[in-house]
Amino acid sequence: MKKDMSQYLDVFLEESKEHLESLNQKLLDWEKNPGDIAALNEIFRAAHTLKGMSSTMGFEDLADLTHHMENILSDLKEGLLETNPQVVDILFQCFDRLQLIIERIESNGSGKIDNSELLMILEGIKSGGLQMAAPTAGNGQDLKGEEILIPAHSNISSFEFNQYDMTVMREAASRNFSSIYIRLCVDPGCLMKSVRAFMVFKALEEDSEIIKSQPPASDLEEGNFEEEIELLVITASPIKELEKRVNAISEIKVREIKEIDLASLSPGNRTETNDDLLGDSQDAVKESKEMPKGHKVKQTVRVDIDRLDILMNLVGELVMHKGRLEQIGASSKIDELNETIEQIDRISGDLQSVVMKVRMVPVEQVFNRFPRMVRDLAKELNKEVDFLIEGKETELDRTVIDEIGDPLVHLLRNAVDHGIESPQDRLKRGKPQKATVILRARHEGNNVYIEVEDDGAGINIKRTLGKAVEKGILSTKEAEVMSPEEAIQILFNPGFSTTENITDVSGRGVGLDVVKTKMESLSGEIFVDSRPDQGTRFRIKLPLTLAIIQALMISVRDEIYAIPLGSVDETTMINNEDIKMVQNQEVIVLRGNVLPLFRLASLLEIPGEAAANEDEMYVVIVRKGERQIGLVVDTLIGQQEIVIKSLGKMLAGIPGIAGAIVAGDGFVRLIIDVATLF
Amino acid sequence: MDKMVNLPGEEELSGDDGIQVVAFRLGKEEYAVDILHVQEIVRLLSITRVPRSARHIEGVVNLRGNIVPIINLHRRFNIESAGEEEDKRIVVFHFDDFKAGIIVDEVSEVLALNSNNIEETDKVYSSMSSDFIKGIARVDNRLFLLLDLQKIIE
Repeated sequence: MKKDMSQYLDVFLEESKEHLESLNQKLLDWEKNPGDIAALNEIFRAAHTLKGMSSTMGFEDLADLTHHMENILSDLKEGLLETNPQVVDILFQCFDRLQLIIERIESNGSGKIDNSELLMILEGIKSGGLQMAAPTAGNGQDLKGEEILIPAHSNISSFEFNQYDMTVMREAASRNFSSIYIRLCVDPGCLMKSVRAFMVFKALEEDSEIIKSQPPASDLEEGNFEEEIELLVITASPIKELEKRVNAISEIKVREIKEIDLASLSPGNRTETNDDLLGDSQDAVKESKEMPKGHKVKQTVRVDIDRLDILMNLVGELVMHKGRLEQIGASSKIDELNETIEQIDRISGDLQSVVMKVRMVPVEQVFNRFPRMVRDLAKELNKEVDFLIEGKETELDRTVIDEIGDPLVHLLRNAVDHGIESPQDRLKRGKPQKATVILRARHEGNNVYIEVEDDGAGINIKRTLGKAVEKGILSTKEAEVMSPEEAIQILFNPGFSTTENITDVSGRGVGLDVVKTKMESLSGEIFVDSRPDQGTRFRIKLPLTLAIIQALMISVRDEIYAIPLGSVDETTMINNEDIKMVQNQEVIVLRGNVLPLFRLASLLEIPGEAAANEDEMYVVIVRKGERQIGLVVDTLIGQQEIVIKSLGKMLAGIPGIAGAIVAGDGFVRLIIDVATLF
Repeated sequence: MDKMVNLPGEEELSGDDGIQVVAFRLGKEEYAVDILHVQEIVRLLSITRVPRSARHIEGVVNLRGNIVPIINLHRRFNIESAGEEEDKRIVVFHFDDFKAGIIVDEVSEVLALNSNNIEETDKVYSSMSSDFIKGIARVDNRLFLLLDLQKIIE
């Protein structure tokens, strides 16, 4: 890597990944619909940009590979080459290689890799498909690239000179300086446009003065512009000299340079120029809109995720102290204070939701890698799959997003591998030959649901139970009385599947226990619906964020605990005689359902005497997976917003404890983790 | 959050290879930890019990918004607590990125030790297993057991 470029490495990596992602997406689109010229154009653009960026950064192998890809792509575009599965596959392979190179650059800074075999294939395809017209491979290509990326422009300046500019120019003319209009373009692949712009300014300002630029200098400094820059310069140097100087800057080309004829800029002519200018810029807008179809250009700032975490922590502290203020306010009963507290409450609420939103990222980030995976898997298994993604714009907290990728891979693999049948089987059963797998994300209240649905054979309950008995998870007797719902839960039993039988498991269950554990660690839950011959649906329920949640505060003897509201179904009060014993387990009957009843005091070995009045007691009905469980507590204190803090590594992993909070009174309270409490 | 210890002035620190330690009492024995690991010394705060945790974990406290686990060495090594309740303190120390506190019966002083008053551990007899002792320091007929903090948080 060139030395001076190292500071741009992060930007380079980040942007490369974005381009790779769009390359992947568009390749898939294009494979589905080879007539999709827009997709092809996008692929071409992504490859071209990657090429530009990588050669700027000095990653020659990367640049070389993208260059060869570009050759093929442009032939495809111009119809010199037929689209066929081989070409698509080789492009996918190239994409994989690009990804590998980027990964290597990220891990050790060097993108060196031997691509000769891919390059040979690419060359082969190109020469094979180029029988009719054969320009020399490399050069001809570059020219084509240029043509596509440089849209033709008219000669009219898009400047609008105001009174001040006119005065300056006239003044300059009177002193024998000339006013010169320069239109130049920056190579679209240029990574550091702002630097280039700066260099242009520097080169010109040696002996000239730039009195106006389009886009304005502040945008130029931030690299906030398309390829073109227009400048108005006042100088004593000859035009040729300026042109030479600017052209000497790499990645910069002068498109147009001319002396401004002040006479033609008389006020009368100005309006005309403006009209022309308007028309022209509208054309340009149309043009640029057509190129990246459907992509809205948004202004964004890249922020280090650590800083967002710090911000989130601070907001957490604020929310906590607000809670404390509220307590003080409630006890002191000063109206003015309470009004202020209400204001703070509102502001901190807004602040919290803004910070939360900032940390939200669309699930698209994770979902985008799946179409390719499903495609490859289906090909490998000789299955035909239509893979649909719904709701990829659904947003989730960054911390959650980072974790859900692997579990989803498991579920999708399961769906393709075990869920759907072979095309022949499907035809036999009167189903369409092509199976459908849907990955769906949606918002509901404070949760996000992610579903993986297939229209395959459904879970074979009989076989599942058989397997469970075989593995010694169940006795034959237990298996006989088991309901289908319970049987499905066995899939999540850690003993049910082990890695060694990934290939020979014919039912489901590969790694599902891993998926379940992961979801529980994210305070999520997983559900399964399955219908024979109609398909299976895995549903994951995830909280929007893990940092600030609503909780029910309860007390048992002298201790106070928080139960996340997400796992509380309801609270109720029962009498002693409502408690029945079934197989040595206390149960209660709630609206016809029999729920096991546990006493939090004994579960958590809480010291102290039981409350005097044992006859009536509060029960919190919590939900663990699809089961409801009653938890006996002494008092319900109320609902509260809590900021989850980790207990640190010394106390990590205690079953039943999810973390701690600092309550409004300054005491530490523990958060109960329903999933691991029992 | 009152700091209980007055650090000796620079002139009192003579030895070049010496260390400064915070000395405290657990039962009748005197212990010391390297001052560089000590973040602060606080009065007993209200400690929240952590159910299902190890026996020697007394609980957690809120130290200015941070959750800090508190270790009870008395319980771990069956040391009888001695002295006034009023004198008990929590010595909060940090090791790498990790923070924890130990409950002690009394914090006595800050001492400057140099390497020739520190002896090897295998000669030491104390209530604590010698694994947790890095060495022993002899100062004016008093013995100070130097705690190995890393062992304690393991």
